[in-house]
Amino acid sequence: MEMAVTELKKNKALLCLECGKCTAVCPISAYDREFSPRRMLAEGIFYGGGDLISDKRLWSCLTCLLCSERCPVDVRYSEYMKGVREIAQKQGNWGEPSHGSALLHIMEMMTAPKLNQNRTGWINGNIKTAEKSDVLFFTGCLPYYEDFFAKDFDFHPISIAVDTVRILNHLKIKPAVLPNERCCGHDLYWLGKIDEFNKLRELNLKEFERSEAKTIVTACAECAYTLKELYVKKLGLNSIEVKHISELVAENIDRFKFKDQNLKITYQDPCRLGRHLNIYDSPRDAMKAVPGMDLNEMPHNKRGSICCGTTNWMNCGASSSRIQKARLTEAKNTGADTLVTACPKCQIHFRCSQCGKGKDKEKTDIKLKDFTNIIASAIDG
Amino acid sequence: MHFWQVNTVMAEKSVKTKTKKTGKKFIPDIVAFACNWCSYAGADTAGVNRMQYSPNFRVIRTMCSGRVTPGFVLRALKLGADGVLVSGCHFGDCHYIFGNYKAVEQFEKTKKLVKTLGFDERRIRLEWVSAAEGNRWAEVIDEFVAQITELGPSPLNNNHKS
Repeated sequence: MEMAVTELKKNKALLCLECGKCTAVCPISAYDREFSPRRMLAEGIFYGGGDLISDKRLWSCLTCLLCSERCPVDVRYSEYMKGVREIAQKQGNWGEPSHGSALLHIMEMMTAPKLNQNRTGWINGNIKTAEKSDVLFFTGCLPYYEDFFAKDFDFHPISIAVDTVRILNHLKIKPAVLPNERCCGHDLYWLGKIDEFNKLRELNLKEFERSEAKTIVTACAECAYTLKELYVKKLGLNSIEVKHISELVAENIDRFKFKDQNLKITYQDPCRLGRHLNIYDSPRDAMKAVPGMDLNEMPHNKRGSICCGTTNWMNCGASSSRIQKARLTEAKNTGADTLVTACPKCQIHFRCSQCGKGKDKEKTDIKLKDFTNIIASAIDG
Repeated sequence: MHFWQVNTVMAEKSVKTKTKKTGKKFIPDIVAFACNWCSYAGADTAGVNRMQYSPNFRVIRTMCSGRVTPGFVLRALKLGADGVLVSGCHFGDCHYIFGNYKAVEQFEKTKKLVKTLGFDERRIRLEWVSAAEGNRWAEVIDEFVAQITELGPSPLNNNHKS
């Protein structure tokens, strides 16, 4: 209980005015009446968070930062949730992980130092990688998503990795790919498993040091957030620079030669790339530079964009599905044929929601593509 | 203490004393997921018939082999199991008609994940054992234990220090 109070103080929760703007914008609250950030914060303030610790609602928060965006006194609600989760899971409380928690087990298995993974099977003859290079491509969990989701969804998550390397090759960069990199630890961090996260970070930083890379490029919004904020910024590392692929493309946009594409697209801001890292323009600039690419914005865009409905592979339920359906309908109503995201997980969650056989199947029927797929297919030569 | 607890303790003791004499030997820890209707009963048959076979596995009963998703197997491996056996009814014999076809689907997924994680794919195994096949259960276990012993301890097994 005392620990919950320190979490409250740390995240400026005692400044809460109880205006309820957080609940008004929260995507989960829109569909789940039980879930209210304002009430959960008030419970924490008045009763020391005692109830919240054993509550299943605790694990529903998407940590998408939309509440902090609207909060007039800047309460860091997502961070507070993370802090309470840390206490809760130490006491043995846990949410309902999706996919039989297989993906969380994989992340935890990667904390074992002796593990020798076999994860570079996707590198084929068409793309060029080097053993040692200034630029390192951080694959993230894409090889595992390929194994887990490729068969169910008719979509190859690993194509994101292949296309990223293809884009880098077009810029005359031969990136190094680590054969034994670990998960970045994003999900474990936000679920309050800080010990495991620290282990992963330690192992990854050792690998980075050994590779002697100066720039790390990643195609995943969550990896970009974790590497930038929790690795480099938090530990004060000066030797490494982390970039999301969209930033790299936008910086070097003059060096690209694009074919004419006749595509109407709309863009989903991943919450980690958008509100967490403030990268809104670089993916848009990069896609607008492709001739014939028509970018239509959804009503909820940039700072106000709505999350894809699930984070950390946790508590995926009816409200998540309804958020996804609403978001897909919004994308379809812009008149675009393709919804582009810059995070593999967003795409997985949206595809999962499209799998159902509901009445509104036609309303949500829109093609989904990753940012890297769009850029790589537009490259001339 | 129940008699069966005594039995397992005795079995473990006998294994340990044996290995003490022969030097340091790796004893695999195996988790076996057995379906309620066939394989668990098959293991029972093996017991009732007093068959002699390797004692170093733990059975977890599931209602159907189709219930054993990648999460189950990965959790067992995470907690340090050296091998995982998934066992169900023969094709056409499933109590839930198509459960074991689902098991094959799930197991293929698990196999891919386990391979990517860098484990030898022989560490996990899918077998069909019916309720009458007590001797087959004993054979499968013996064979699997021999295979895992050959492969050595799993990289996540913290109990065994070589």
